[in-house]
Amino acid sequence: MAALCRRFTGFHFLLVLVSLSISSLVFGDWIGDDEGEQFTEELLLKPLPDRKVLAHFHFQSTAHPSPDSGHHHHLFPKAIAQLIWNRAPCDAVGHFMVQKFQIRDLELSFTQGRWNYENWGGSDPISSTNAKPPGVELWATFNVPVVEIDTTWKNLTHALSGLFCSSINFLESSTSYTTPSFVFGLNVSNIRYGALPREAVCTENLTPWLKLLPCRDKAGLATLLDRPSIYKGYYHSQKLRLTSTKLSGIILEQTLTIVLQPNIQRNSAHSLLDGAIQPSWSISSMFKRNLTGSCVLARTSRILVELEKNIVSKLEELGHGGSWSNSLLDLSPNPFRVIKEVNPFPEESNSILFEYVNSKEYEPLDVGIKWKLPFVWSSPHAPFHASRFLMGSGTERGSIAISLQSTKSDEYFRSKSNECRMQAVVFQVVPWYVKVYYHTLQIFIDQKLQNLSDVIEKIRVTPSEDKKLPGTLELVLGYPCTVQSVALTLDFDKGFLHIHEYPPDANQGFDIPSALVTFPNLHSSRIYIGDDSSVHSPLLLKFQEKNVVLSYTEVLLVPFTTPDFSMPYNVITFTCTVLALYFGSLLNVLRRRIGEEERLMRSKDANKRGLIPSIVSKITSKLRGMPGSKPLLIFAVVLSVLFHYIVN
Amino acid sequence: MAGIRGYWTLAAAAIAFRILLLFCLPKDFHLGSHPEITTPLTSLRRRTSPFACSWRKVTGSSRRPCRPTQVSPFPRVPTGERAELVRCIMAPLCYCQFSGPLVLKDLKGDLLISTADFITATLIRATGKKLMLSRHKHLQILNLSKLVEASGFVDSGDFAALMYLWNPMTIVICIGSSTSPIDNLMVVMAIYGACSRIPPLAAFGWVFAVHLSLYPVILIVPIILLLGYGLDAPPSKSFLLKNSYARKNSTLAKIQVNSGTSSQTDKAINHFLWIPVLHFALWVSVWLGYVLVLSSISLKGIGSITEMFRKTYGFILTVEDLSPNIGLLWYFFAEVFDFFRNFFLIVFHVNILFVILPLAIRLKHRPCFLAFVYIAISSMLKSYPSLADSTLYLSLVTLFSNELAVSLFSPVMHNLWIWRGTGNANFYYATGLAYACLQTILVVESVGSMLKHDRLLRKTVEAEH
Repeated sequence: MAALCRRFTGFHFLLVLVSLSISSLVFGDWIGDDEGEQFTEELLLKPLPDRKVLAHFHFQSTAHPSPDSGHHHHLFPKAIAQLIWNRAPCDAVGHFMVQKFQIRDLELSFTQGRWNYENWGGSDPISSTNAKPPGVELWATFNVPVVEIDTTWKNLTHALSGLFCSSINFLESSTSYTTPSFVFGLNVSNIRYGALPREAVCTENLTPWLKLLPCRDKAGLATLLDRPSIYKGYYHSQKLRLTSTKLSGIILEQTLTIVLQPNIQRNSAHSLLDGAIQPSWSISSMFKRNLTGSCVLARTSRILVELEKNIVSKLEELGHGGSWSNSLLDLSPNPFRVIKEVNPFPEESNSILFEYVNSKEYEPLDVGIKWKLPFVWSSPHAPFHASRFLMGSGTERGSIAISLQSTKSDEYFRSKSNECRMQAVVFQVVPWYVKVYYHTLQIFIDQKLQNLSDVIEKIRVTPSEDKKLPGTLELVLGYPCTVQSVALTLDFDKGFLHIHEYPPDANQGFDIPSALVTFPNLHSSRIYIGDDSSVHSPLLLKFQEKNVVLSYTEVLLVPFTTPDFSMPYNVITFTCTVLALYFGSLLNVLRRRIGEEERLMRSKDANKRGLIPSIVSKITSKLRGMPGSKPLLIFAVVLSVLFHYIVN
Repeated sequence: MAGIRGYWTLAAAAIAFRILLLFCLPKDFHLGSHPEITTPLTSLRRRTSPFACSWRKVTGSSRRPCRPTQVSPFPRVPTGERAELVRCIMAPLCYCQFSGPLVLKDLKGDLLISTADFITATLIRATGKKLMLSRHKHLQILNLSKLVEASGFVDSGDFAALMYLWNPMTIVICIGSSTSPIDNLMVVMAIYGACSRIPPLAAFGWVFAVHLSLYPVILIVPIILLLGYGLDAPPSKSFLLKNSYARKNSTLAKIQVNSGTSSQTDKAINHFLWIPVLHFALWVSVWLGYVLVLSSISLKGIGSITEMFRKTYGFILTVEDLSPNIGLLWYFFAEVFDFFRNFFLIVFHVNILFVILPLAIRLKHRPCFLAFVYIAISSMLKSYPSLADSTLYLSLVTLFSNELAVSLFSPVMHNLWIWRGTGNANFYYATGLAYACLQTILVVESVGSMLKHDRLLRKTVEAEH
């Protein structure tokens, strides 16, 4: 794979260079064309309550639904276009991808670290679309006939694994992917979902991802991606989302969500308050890079700073509504525009976005916030906090428990609690070697065991099949909103694998992919005051979409019993010895004629000589017959012992 | 010749003890997960899983059933469980009737297993009585009544039945909700049916035993011998010897011809009767047809019969589940290189098959004992052995306790209890190794003693004259 990657890298670099030069020379005036391909880059910055900063890069490329230019693309990455519809095998360049994938929807994410739903928010658009489970997660829907989907999926995993230099190809095996039916709310039969919780994410995955951008990381917002500073963060999730429709063509969204801890800038004047004041930050202090100019190929390039509604309500209390320079904080430089969210509940305050347009070529745009007063706030939570853990001890059996704890945050649900009914969809994929007994499903609501039929509105179980299929559980729970906690438990036995099926470092245990809990009647959509700016911002359009609030649970590490990996030869010899013992002795007993033996003994008795003395006498007589043989024998024995010793 | 006094009291006490344990033990007392007690094939927990899933009334009228209908035409159940599901569907009269309520109430299944244990014990007792009678009859024909007296008055049938009922392993297995008592019942039923020459019963027991655990298929040899030749008897050679002595005596001494004795000995030399064997074949085909029809009815819409065979017998023969048990094969196939897997699968199963013929030739006059040896061998070499298999043959060995040294199996019993510890896989494997060795010794020694016993009989007949 490495070889493929390297070859591909060289090829692609060349391609990008060529396309860059061509586009800047020939199609210089074409960039703003609405008809053709578009590229936009945006960055959202947001202070988080636990003294961290969220940076969310959003790059979007669109391609025309049916380009007349054949295989040629101006901005859109060719590799991805081929992923979606490859009309014919192109011998000249498309040597690595000749299959037709016909993808309708695809989402691939590489994540390191776990999204902190309590501190970083659980019900805002960022957390519901960009909080991803650790490792790799891939799902895709296809436009091919049902019988071809599995093959297409397998080819796709290989293509992506080559494209992103990762081991996505492990999702090829039928034990690692599944077909969810209603969790994603999409077409039932043509979706495939797979996750690799243990996949390590590093720069080698980021580099090919950046190569899909027309300016790579040479210009525009992507220049901020200084590897040491972004991988130092607490959470790092790089995502690729593809949507292709006949009407709008292919939309490729590349997002990178990182949570960074800004360096605390020691301010002598506030040294006493340093511990309580949120750390001040700016782009240059966080990324150790300066932002100069946008990618010339980008249609828009902007930076948005979001202040959450809890900050805004504090600002309103202090008497400065949407101002960016006040007694609490200082936003610098002055924003180009202020975009306010519209909330259906007018009594509540709304989040504010400050927009900067990244267009100046020579002057670095160093957006930052300087906090002046200590301030504590909290992010909007999802109504229930989902977590998952293992119960039981020993390496034979155990239970998986998924618990939903009410965060008591959403007053909206609390207010109309009486008739309000909450829905939660639990989606859990378990590898086959964790043998879950689905009949042991127990649901506790407020620590009380419930009758399953009262709580479960819909269930779909796909039991695992040894070495063939993973087990899948999809469950729709319905319960009153006032409930404090919901817990699900499932018993399982741990399977035993063949010695070759254990991963390296088997004693560490196996990872069970994150469970997904969605709340289908909650949506994280934001409405912004309708000025035309939002229409041109794909990121804001994304925020306005109706996304279901969801949260991923932790990855479970299940310890497994391991056989002795050094034993194969011993086991083979011991077992065969026992079998030989059984077979030989049984046949011996059956074959034996005691009468014959007694007769023989009687004839021996006539000779008056025992068996052993006769053998001894025979040997001694033979030895006497050959005079030189005795020292020779001793020599041979010594030699063989020495040889054995040296060899060992 | 009197049976053990208070047999019925003891038997009832055994059943009562089981029920008491079932009631008293806490619900989370998981005996059923011990590898010695349950195997992938006999674990009730595994068996109930697919049932509970499809039977639980989670799925209301408008809701989707929990059995998936997508993508694959077959329900996706783990192989072992699916095997059981299919098999359970296939044999409604042995599983479904108790697995169903079992989901609702755990106790019923266990009660049924205790009942199965009791029936097994009763059948063992009846078999033992028959064996005893035939043995005495034959010894009297050979004029060896003093041997009868020397062997004591213990009724081996009673002893074996009590051995089965009060064997701590049987009790533990019954409580551990393993379904192997049902398998054992079918095997014993087949043997009893053959012993008392009831072909329908023998065929029923054999077909269902095969259907449940495949390995009893080799019992067809002793069953046919039992039906053809009748119960265990001393080798025909002794009778011929006796006859010739009798004739010699009569010709030499010129006394009146002792025609009664000679005709009696002639009668004792059993000739092969074809009628019961043909009956048996007929009934086997009837029961097989019954089972296949039932299974094809219940499999309608789920899968085909070949699919079922692949998932049930294939699961047994290819040792797919590598979870530890008291046998040797799990560790072997977990460690062996994939390239040799098929080779060793063949080797292990051929080890069972290869001894069938020699044993049948050498022990054809003692078909009951032959059945015991076959059971012992298959329980040693089967792919998913458990204690339940050994309980069966350990109780059967007491049927021949008059012939065999009782002290033979005391070390076996002792060892069975010692290797309860777990830990390192190698240690566990070593206990399995020791267990296999002990079983080997048991089988070989018992075959050896039986042959010696027959020889002794002949010697005594010779010495008499």
